[in-house]
Amino acid sequence: MSHFRIDIRQRAEEVLALYPRPRSAMLPLLHLAQEQDGYVSDEGIAEVAELTLTTPADVRGTALFYDMFHLEPVGRYVVSVCTNIACLLAGGDELLEHASDTLGCAVGATSSDGLFTLEETECLADCNFAPCVQVNHRYVRTTTPDAFDTVVSQLRAGTLDHDVPPHGTLIRVRRAGGLHAPRAEVAAERSVASAAREARTPKEPK
Amino acid sequence: MATLTAPRIVLSRADYADSHTLSRYLATGGYEGLRKALTMFPEAVASEVDQASLLGRGGAGFPAGRKWSMLRKAPISYLVVNGDESEPATFKDHLLLERDPNQLVEGVIIAAYALQVSSVYIFVRGEFALGLERVQQAVNDAYELGALGSKILGSEFSIDVVVHPGAGAYICGEETALIEALEGKRGFPRIKPPFFPAVAGLYGEPTVVNNVETMSNLPWIINHGGAAFAALGGGRSTGTRLFALAGRVNNPGVFEIEMVKNTFRDLIYDPQLGGGVIDDKKIKAIIPGGVSAPWFGPDLLDLPLGQDEVAEKGSMLGSGSIVVMDETTCVVRAAWRITKFFSRESCGQCTPCREGSGWIERAMYRVEHGGGRMEDIDLLLDLCDNIAPGLTWPPQQTTICVLGPSIPSSVHSAIQMFRDDFVEHVTNGGCRHD
Repeated sequence: MSHFRIDIRQRAEEVLALYPRPRSAMLPLLHLAQEQDGYVSDEGIAEVAELTLTTPADVRGTALFYDMFHLEPVGRYVVSVCTNIACLLAGGDELLEHASDTLGCAVGATSSDGLFTLEETECLADCNFAPCVQVNHRYVRTTTPDAFDTVVSQLRAGTLDHDVPPHGTLIRVRRAGGLHAPRAEVAAERSVASAAREARTPKEPK
Repeated sequence: MATLTAPRIVLSRADYADSHTLSRYLATGGYEGLRKALTMFPEAVASEVDQASLLGRGGAGFPAGRKWSMLRKAPISYLVVNGDESEPATFKDHLLLERDPNQLVEGVIIAAYALQVSSVYIFVRGEFALGLERVQQAVNDAYELGALGSKILGSEFSIDVVVHPGAGAYICGEETALIEALEGKRGFPRIKPPFFPAVAGLYGEPTVVNNVETMSNLPWIINHGGAAFAALGGGRSTGTRLFALAGRVNNPGVFEIEMVKNTFRDLIYDPQLGGGVIDDKKIKAIIPGGVSAPWFGPDLLDLPLGQDEVAEKGSMLGSGSIVVMDETTCVVRAAWRITKFFSRESCGQCTPCREGSGWIERAMYRVEHGGGRMEDIDLLLDLCDNIAPGLTWPPQQTTICVLGPSIPSSVHSAIQMFRDDFVEHVTNGGCRHD
């Protein structure tokens, strides 16, 4: 019995087909597991292990290396505030403190209503809008405490649902298209091209 | 005054609100470079890039043409595009991924054709959700257009491109760590040699890894010729380059300017670029090329923005990110925060980096937060020296990858340039900026 919903399982199998070795699908599949459950659950880990021909311990060990994977439940909205150098110079620490007050939870914790998890994060590469804030890895560009509070009320009211999907949903654009020629045919094409190139290259005297 | 006569090569359509769409791309010369490339022999395409002497825009500044030619002896199996931009205060690839994904995809196809590779992975930093969606859309559109897939645009060349999301790890910007992540493992950099994935890369096969900005330059180079690109800039630093300016400036942002022709002062003060320092304060120090780079004082502001020019003064242009710190900045706090970053992002394989980053971070924390001792200042220098012996630049290597030896840059620079600030922190029992 698959833990993944039918649609997630189908997408997982599409992802697997993109790599010569199943283990390469590890990160995309963990993102899918996180999309379904909102975090990377034990059941999700087991399913990723099955799909990548690895063990749950191996999957867990890999997932723990990456900051974006949460192995415990988090809020619907994960709020990441950057305090790295460019944001530090623009008041990132102060904004993080303010965020903690507004959301009513400590850094690294989840608010009591289960809606928000607050994180201090490293550089998010949006330094012209410092201090930089992402919600579920969507830039919200709220550089002042007031703007931050506005976004929080919009998130509570659900008016940002289109821009900010629930935590775990990363890529909403499905892959369409692909190289439908058999690999052997492509390999044959390559060897013809390489023979032609060989013929064009002037031979160096030995 | 800044020299702003060069054409915009990679940001030519960034001002359009719909710059990321295929219709805008096609209306502004999109895919003409690829069409032209497909009429040329692959090695002729590679030779244009060689002639452009395009330096890799990822951070190391290795000539892209040479990276490719080292491989021409053996057939290459994979092309991997590095879009894992995570160097603090670097935000140029983020812009290219979101604002002009079609240009990136076209550049990637041109590179793949030159290298005769049919299997391409574009690795995009996981935190770039919008960038991931836009690149995936651009790839979908290219399949629809016939620029990807079987026998593209009527040629005999077939190619498949897969967009691969990262998951939040700075170290995956290191090309061998990126390959490990692409193989579904922890992002542990691989032991060198071999120094280049060209020898043993993805699945042990010959692989080329190129940066997003490097790829984005290719359509223009093929359209206008490598010589036209090489005519811009000066010395080894040809063409234009994206500079990400951040910190205490009025107008932070990403600017595409000709290399070497402009100085740090031009970039920071020109009204069309950085627009000067906030409240007209004096500059205390700048970080010239990402937080891995040693800092410069205001005396070096007139240095040209060129790879060799910056290297000669003991730092690097690196990822093209420039951070301005002014007289209101606490340099101790800045250096502490940068070390905290490295400590958090160290992958943990090598002792000097794993332990050293934490030691330096704790000592810096204590100085900044009021628990510092006078002997901590020399202790910090000693710790730095243990990670990168001699504290030279480029640094001595004690670890598998260059993350380790990059850790001391900021602390060493801060102590060397502003020792008095450290002494003041210790004497006053903390930071006067708090």
